[in-house]
Amino acid sequence: MTSRSIRRAVATALAATTALTAAACAAPNEGRGSSKPTDSAVVGIAYEPETLSPLLGYGKDGNSKIFDGLLTHDAGMHLKPALAAALPKVTDGGTTYTYTLRPGVTFSDGKPFTADDVVFTYDTILDEKTNNASKAELDALDTVEKKDDRTVVFHLKYPYAPFAERTVLPIAPRHLAGRQDVNTGPFTTHPVGTGPYVLTNWSKGEKLTFTANPHYWGGTPKVKHLTMAIIKDDDIRATRLRSGDLDGAILPPELAATFKTDNNRTTLAARTFDYRNVTLPSANPVTGDRAVRRALDLAVDRQAMVDGILSGAGKPAYGPVPTDSPWFAKGTERPHDLGKAQRLLDDAGWKKGPDGIRAKNGQRASFTLWYLSGDKLRQEHALAFASDAKKAGIEAKVESGTWEAIEPNMKQDAVLAGGGSPADPDFDQYLLLHSSLAGDGFNNMSRYANKTVDDQLVTARRTDDHTARKAAYDTIQRELAEDPAYTFLTHVDHLYVVDNRWKDLTTQVEPHDHGLASGPWWNAEDWQPAK
Amino acid sequence: MTARRALTAVPVLLAVTLGVFALAAASPFDPVRAYAGTAGLTASQENLDQLRHNLGADQPLLTHWWHWLTGALTGDLGDSTSLRAPVSQVIGERLGWSVLLCAPAFALAMTAGTLLGVLAARRRGSPLDRAITATAYALEAAPPYWLGLLAVWLGALKLGVLPAGGLTDTGSDLATPGQIARHLALPALVLAVSQLPWFVLYVRQGVGDALEEDPVRGARARGLRERTVLYRHALRSGLLPVLTLIGSRVPELITGALLVETVFSWPGIAAATVQAATGVDFPLLAALTVLATAAVLAGNLLSDLLYGLADPRVGFDG
Repeated sequence: MTSRSIRRAVATALAATTALTAAACAAPNEGRGSSKPTDSAVVGIAYEPETLSPLLGYGKDGNSKIFDGLLTHDAGMHLKPALAAALPKVTDGGTTYTYTLRPGVTFSDGKPFTADDVVFTYDTILDEKTNNASKAELDALDTVEKKDDRTVVFHLKYPYAPFAERTVLPIAPRHLAGRQDVNTGPFTTHPVGTGPYVLTNWSKGEKLTFTANPHYWGGTPKVKHLTMAIIKDDDIRATRLRSGDLDGAILPPELAATFKTDNNRTTLAARTFDYRNVTLPSANPVTGDRAVRRALDLAVDRQAMVDGILSGAGKPAYGPVPTDSPWFAKGTERPHDLGKAQRLLDDAGWKKGPDGIRAKNGQRASFTLWYLSGDKLRQEHALAFASDAKKAGIEAKVESGTWEAIEPNMKQDAVLAGGGSPADPDFDQYLLLHSSLAGDGFNNMSRYANKTVDDQLVTARRTDDHTARKAAYDTIQRELAEDPAYTFLTHVDHLYVVDNRWKDLTTQVEPHDHGLASGPWWNAEDWQPAK
Repeated sequence: MTARRALTAVPVLLAVTLGVFALAAASPFDPVRAYAGTAGLTASQENLDQLRHNLGADQPLLTHWWHWLTGALTGDLGDSTSLRAPVSQVIGERLGWSVLLCAPAFALAMTAGTLLGVLAARRRGSPLDRAITATAYALEAAPPYWLGLLAVWLGALKLGVLPAGGLTDTGSDLATPGQIARHLALPALVLAVSQLPWFVLYVRQGVGDALEEDPVRGARARGLRERTVLYRHALRSGLLPVLTLIGSRVPELITGALLVETVFSWPGIAAATVQAATGVDFPLLAALTVLATAAVLAGNLLSDLLYGLADPRVGFDG
């Protein structure tokens, strides 16, 4: 290299650097200020979906923005018709569901929506070649039959009262999705549906952009452009919200708290069914003992966890049903009572040793408690549980690991678990409690077996008489107070911070999962500008 | 030399892909669990077993690898399980954005690093040298992730001059070159700054040593001007080690890009790599590893070639 060429190279590089910096500085300041158009909204989400194909499980709980199901939920989580013209007619003792379809609905590509699309969607999901991990949710479904272009009949294997709740899952167009590989075809990333929004672009890892569907059967949305920015890091999401880049975002409690004094933004706390509990494996000689289970249930200070871990954004949990749900059995709350817990253990023969830990017939009251590594909320719950248990003389040795590390130990070790599904009590409780599912995957992790509970679970799913169902779930909750299957700790609120540019925002009661369309944007199509 | 090196790359690449498959198979992560995500927590065992079969995760390691390899040779890279799309599509969509991020960052790090290194080397021990060296050491210790957070805070929040993330304005769908350039500035700068110290310190050392060598002192003694001494003599031998550095920085650049892309929601290939790894996505992971290995091999080859061109004493077949 000669000196001249070096000099030239350096000069070029300098010029390029200056140009780049100048360009950056001269650029107008677009992302900030109040001059934003009133017909577009940008929200920050923490999780990116792997797929947008309903055939692979996207939007199965409703609210998919691009798609509609036969039914959908209103703000109070009550079912209402969407692609169906009315709620289904249930006949044959609860095994036949007949839906009449809404006339005149088209997919966003202009093709009409018919009964063929409904049959195609359900048949494809049930096909064993389709890689849909949620297909067990349609376990009750035997066949789907097209009566005519506007009538679809579902035949069930057994009477299943909450089946209509499952028909919120989005309908895919047969004319597009039927012609390609269901697991990897272009439809998985470029979906076409009947919903209020049309996906215009999915820049993976960056954002999803939607534009209002002008032909939407429910009327064209006011918010014409909707962007969901994918920002995995909590701090960055908060920063971009603060910089005015986002209109709203989901945030963990401690970051949401930093917006408390912000006059331009409001924090919305969505009520949820999202619980944290501790599994009590029946095979473990300590957690399998009913006296220990009952003592733990009384020894944990749930309110302290809500105040300390959740900064007040949550509720004490006594079972999968939150205390403010109409399904909750009043009177089954168990207040924190360490003295009673101690007495229960004393009476059952668990005597305190010199180190403060109890023992019975040579068995130390000690077990391992796993939590998912990296999940701060679960870690704090696990540590609080262990500290409360210790006060009653029971040792929980807290360990962390990935699900792969935890799974082989689930049979004898306790796990800090989470879950929750608001649509119907059956969705949670059957999987959590029925003895036939003991140790089946992540279902019934405690391997709980209780004859009364088993019977009531089946009764509750087979009748669609609301009073009878409520009575069955009340019995189950009272039985759980006597013979706990898990130690339920808290129901966790989900927090969203939103710009005051929008008025009258609401949230639905949310499940454990954070879908794309949970949070105040569950009904972005109905948002109104504040001014 | 180029042809021979290219030939030796083949067994290296083969071994690397087999290694990826073996490591992934030995890892405690379960591809089926990863594929199912949260739905797997309520799925029945029967459902999970069916998924395992459909994904081919029940095949033995060697069958799995051979299947992938023969497919790859005929141009079929398979389907990414974590992104539910063909691997070639995933790479096609993302690779360009990563190159767009890495190329200017690398060029900037190289030129600015050389410049600062020479400045520091000219007066070793001077306040300027000490300032540059201390900053370089501090930056060397700073993780790119942290630098990214700092840049977002400063650029987007305090000064409000640059967007905090993404490829285009969050609310807009149009990807104009001007918008992309504005969005590129912060992440590229952060990546450049994270690479900068290596070049600064190498150049400072190389040029500084060269300035104390006999030929340079001789030139000075002959009364040549300082500039001539610097350009004609010191830089020439002093910059040689930097050429090696160019090649060896490639892997660091890739890992740096990985963190920077995550912070800035940059839709590049690095973000997909993380997803492939945590999702035990064999086909995508293998293809990306081949790409990264090829980049490293090419980087080393490039620096050797440059070295040979710059210093005739280095034989190409030596």
